[in-house]
Amino acid sequence: MIDKLSWLSVYPEIVLLVMACVIALVDLGVKSPQRTLTYVLTLLTLAAVAALEAVYAVKGNTFYGFGNMVVSDPMGNWLKCFASIAMMVTLVYGRGYAADRDMLRGGELFTLGMFALLGIFVMISGNNFLVLYMGLELMTLSSYALVALRRDNATATEAAMKYFVLSAMASGFLLYGLSMMYGATGSLDVNEVYRAIASRQVNHQVLVFGLVFIVAGLAFKLGAVPFHMWLPDVYQGAPTAITLLIGAAPQFAAFAICIRLLVQGLLPLAIDWQQMLALMAIGSLLVGNLAAVAQTNLKRMLAFSTISQMGFLLLALLAAVVPGRPLNAEYAYGAAMFYAITYVLTTLAVFGIILLLARAGHESEEITDLAGLNQRSPLFAGVMAISMFSLAGVPPVVGFYAKLGVLQALVSSQQTSYIVLAVFAVLMSLVGAFYYLRIVKVMYFDAPNVGMPTAIVAPADARVVLSINGALVLLLGVMPGGLMTLCQQAIASVVKSLGT
Amino acid sequence: MGLLSLAIWTPIFFGVILLALGRDDQARSVRWIALIGAIVSFLVTLPLYGGFEIGTSAMQFVEKASWIARFNVNYHLGVDGISLWFVLLTAFINVVVIIASWESITSRVNQYMAAFLILSGLMIGVFAALDGMLFYVFFEATLIPMYLIIGVWGGPRKIYAAFKFFLYTLLGSLLMLIALIFLYVKSGGSFDLAVWYKLPLGATAQTLLFFAFLAAFAVKVPMWPVHTWLPDVHVEAPTGGSAVLAAIMLKLGAYGFLRFSLPIAPDAAREWAGLMIALSLIAVIYVGLVAMVQRDMKKLVAYSSVAHMGFVTLGFFIFNDIGVSGGIVQMIAHGFVSAAMFLCIGVLYDRVHSREIASYGGVVNTMPKFTAFALLFAMANCGLPATAGFVGEWMVILGAVKFNFWIGAAAASALIFGAAYTLWMFKRVYLGPVANDDVKGLADINSREFLMLALLAIAVLFMGIYPKPFTDVMDSSVIDLLKHVAASKLQ
Repeated sequence: MIDKLSWLSVYPEIVLLVMACVIALVDLGVKSPQRTLTYVLTLLTLAAVAALEAVYAVKGNTFYGFGNMVVSDPMGNWLKCFASIAMMVTLVYGRGYAADRDMLRGGELFTLGMFALLGIFVMISGNNFLVLYMGLELMTLSSYALVALRRDNATATEAAMKYFVLSAMASGFLLYGLSMMYGATGSLDVNEVYRAIASRQVNHQVLVFGLVFIVAGLAFKLGAVPFHMWLPDVYQGAPTAITLLIGAAPQFAAFAICIRLLVQGLLPLAIDWQQMLALMAIGSLLVGNLAAVAQTNLKRMLAFSTISQMGFLLLALLAAVVPGRPLNAEYAYGAAMFYAITYVLTTLAVFGIILLLARAGHESEEITDLAGLNQRSPLFAGVMAISMFSLAGVPPVVGFYAKLGVLQALVSSQQTSYIVLAVFAVLMSLVGAFYYLRIVKVMYFDAPNVGMPTAIVAPADARVVLSINGALVLLLGVMPGGLMTLCQQAIASVVKSLGT
Repeated sequence: MGLLSLAIWTPIFFGVILLALGRDDQARSVRWIALIGAIVSFLVTLPLYGGFEIGTSAMQFVEKASWIARFNVNYHLGVDGISLWFVLLTAFINVVVIIASWESITSRVNQYMAAFLILSGLMIGVFAALDGMLFYVFFEATLIPMYLIIGVWGGPRKIYAAFKFFLYTLLGSLLMLIALIFLYVKSGGSFDLAVWYKLPLGATAQTLLFFAFLAAFAVKVPMWPVHTWLPDVHVEAPTGGSAVLAAIMLKLGAYGFLRFSLPIAPDAAREWAGLMIALSLIAVIYVGLVAMVQRDMKKLVAYSSVAHMGFVTLGFFIFNDIGVSGGIVQMIAHGFVSAAMFLCIGVLYDRVHSREIASYGGVVNTMPKFTAFALLFAMANCGLPATAGFVGEWMVILGAVKFNFWIGAAAASALIFGAAYTLWMFKRVYLGPVANDDVKGLADINSREFLMLALLAIAVLFMGIYPKPFTDVMDSSVIDLLKHVAASKLQ
């Protein structure tokens, strides 16, 4: 018998699924080249889902459904709420770009986007290895198709191919690791696995063997070194709207699946996986920051910047379990969640500008394309500058507090090795400051390229959303307290439910 | 809203308005709004002096509200005798700088004016912050407007200078950030400076903290040998940027020593005082000599700033009240004098478009009024009695002699270098026969330039003749600080 609570736990997912199918059907009758009806319906659905999740999140209850297969908890609810908002913003920014590039002949952008979001939702609320894996596949399969949406474009097709092959391999890793865990513990249920490992009845060697594969699979999805190779190529090759689609909302899913698998499932093995994360974090910070300096393509630079940002996120995840400091888990995972949210917020603004600057037949993805942007549009340049300072971690912009939270989690562990890591991260962010500042330099100090139109034509909806987006990056920097508390409380309820 | 909040947010408010409303075709009204904003921002700081209670070392005009609950960071403001004058100085210099940029800035005027207004609010925030994280946020945030000021309105090598400025100072302050978080953890979750002052710390921790703070503040002051960014940046920055940089931004570093290094790590400060004194003396003597051979006026004044700031740090690390007070007085005096020196160079640069000393000669013949001002500021820069420059240097030397005769003697000898490079530059630029056609065609200063130089001249003379309002305010705070530093915090 399926009880009422089970339905309640997946209610938003059901709405999303039904509406995705309905919109796919409705779209058949849409004639407008801009797909206005599909667009509006999609945005309304996503807004409704986001509102629904926010209601769940504010109530703050944790409950399980379908025999503990899925969970609805504040962390998941908030992440799902933010993910659907991120998807909405992505579609607002991307519609004009997609229409100019013949990507709106059908409504795939919207329906596949919604299915990708559904995958994200399932990943966030999964409480079972197979459910989590299913969500992951739903999300990535939709993304492959989206990357290949411009099928007559060689670079996009190449990117889709790379993405598909490498991502499928990573999924294989993950699945293999999960099956090892199942073999060792006899359960696919996340909490069950936690209890089995915590009881110390299971062969540790087998567990660590499986763990290596799980961490490798997750690292691929996050884009952490040494599993980062796909990221620059896909970011650069995919149509920019799709780059944003796979670079923004899915980060919430990547963060959530790390929490579900590594923390809620495998926290008793934290001493083992924290070491792996430490190595990957160091590699990501090093490779991401140094390689970004050498890039001339803006999207590629942002891809390397993403790698380095993920390095920072990993630092937060690895500082959690410290002997003698029980509170550190809440600090560290809370900091990681805050980091993920602010990273997505900033990424949306940055790619939003790239999308709005692109015109039919012109991609605007070289760094030099931004030359003199301040003279062409002070608003765009201002939003971009704020975002760059945020990514660089300069106060008073929100990115600073994200880094502050991570550094605080590291230092409060009071372990010398972690403090050394913090110093290393800080030095690397100095390198990062260089290439982020270079963008500001190009926009503010250089003169516009010859032949650039002075006026920037952007749809009103995108303009408004972009202004709000930029203002949020700044305002959350002036007033970061609320979001921090929200993350902390969401994580606290996760930590409380460990092993139940 | 408290007075300090007003002092911080009024200029920022006006800056944001300018960003939102101004366009280049309305440059005239933009300038007037900026000037009104700067004057209003200065006026709201005056009650701080009027209401300041002399004779107590306690923080005054305190405001406290929770800001980031998660980290227990508070919006905690207050001033004592050490910081009070810097709040007023910042607002005052801001007015002068806006007047100075009236005609020389013609492109993107609203962004330029907004950058200065916002910068001034942020710097007041640094001086008023009593919470470690709030201090850091203000301290770092000042980099953004300054970076843009140098990069957008600077000279030919502005991009190099802007990056050098930003990255150099960021490196220092990032290490300070780690130190702040470390203190937060050590103190059991507090960023409150008062809590940190009482926090007992081991010798190693203190030494590490001292050097982390040193990295941030020494770069900002700048002390020898991390001063190399300053001449590059000064040369490329627009006149207003140079003036604010020399007058206020350098003080943020020196102020940091008094607020953080000395009271938080007093044992380490005493232990490493020898090093600090040595670095300060090198700055005073060696950089003074370097200044003498400069051909570029801005570079010369930049090196002279390093030398003068050497007096400040020297005064701080000899740990007697006259030395520390002297250092603070020297900071204020240097704020007036260096701003004036840079503005004088700006006046010449606006007309001839050269900063080379060799391009000038005999300016007195064509610009007598201007030369009178320039002479006064040059004398103040040498530390002539009855000018602002004299008081601070004299106090520091007195303190140094008390501490150790030879250190005092070395510092005193540096006054001769100061006089030498300043007067030699003055002679080559202003005196003698008219050197070339450029100088021949110079028009004397107009009423706007007269106003801005007169404001500074009054300040310089007043402070030189009657320094009591400055020293009275800081006495008890300095004595209290020294008492605190004398007590060991070792566990």
